[in-house]
Amino acid sequence: MKLGILVNEGPYQHQASDSAYLFCKAAIARGHEVSRVFFYHDGVNNATRLTEPPQDDRNVVQRWSKLAEEHGVDLVVCVAAALRRGIKDEVLAPGFRISGLGQLVEIGIEADRLVTFGD
Amino acid sequence: MSDQKKFMFVNRKAPHGTIYALESLEVVLITAAFDQDVSLVFLDDGVYQLKRGMQTKGIETKNFSPTYRALDGYDVEKLYVERESLEARGLTEDDLLVDVEVLGRDELSTLMEQQDVVLSF
Repeated sequence: MKLGILVNEGPYQHQASDSAYLFCKAAIARGHEVSRVFFYHDGVNNATRLTEPPQDDRNVVQRWSKLAEEHGVDLVVCVAAALRRGIKDEVLAPGFRISGLGQLVEIGIEADRLVTFGD
Repeated sequence: MSDQKKFMFVNRKAPHGTIYALESLEVVLITAAFDQDVSLVFLDDGVYQLKRGMQTKGIETKNFSPTYRALDGYDVEKLYVERESLEARGLTEDDLLVDVEVLGRDELSTLMEQQDVVLSF
């Protein structure tokens, strides 16, 4: 199955990004395709490479980057939501790109399922 | 991209206090621009998004109520409000700033089952 993912919450404050990541890992392990993860609302805060969690905690941002690198998952950050929150190209972690909401609608159309993580 | 899918936006939050309602509207407008079959549902505190007479000056946030009135200009005409949510908050259809169809919870769940994509904000 071809899956699209929507992440609506920031890292650490909320479980949404963790759950989305674990869902993606499990889906890929089962042979499904996760073609795009779209970050919206405070979810755009998952994309900044300036994030530095304590050493004994998981690195949410790096996990997403690694997923993109290993499985070719397209990590898209909404431009309007990002600019509102100070997320720009110069702070993006590897594998993320900034684009428009059209990318969310497109994956909604193309994927078999669009799965939302958030409040 | 000739496919047309049925997109339903489920609005569950009060208009202010969090940014969900405002940013949800942005997705709605883009989805309509992609010529998709768009419908909106308002339930729980989301019914307050359509409350008439919103004034936001005191909290220094943008009043985006007028956008709901403009939706039909984008061919977004299917607006549903959950009856139970209205009643629980002492509201009636007359309190709302646009024409909507008021449906019961059971009818809404039937409608949701018919969708291809359900986005909940």
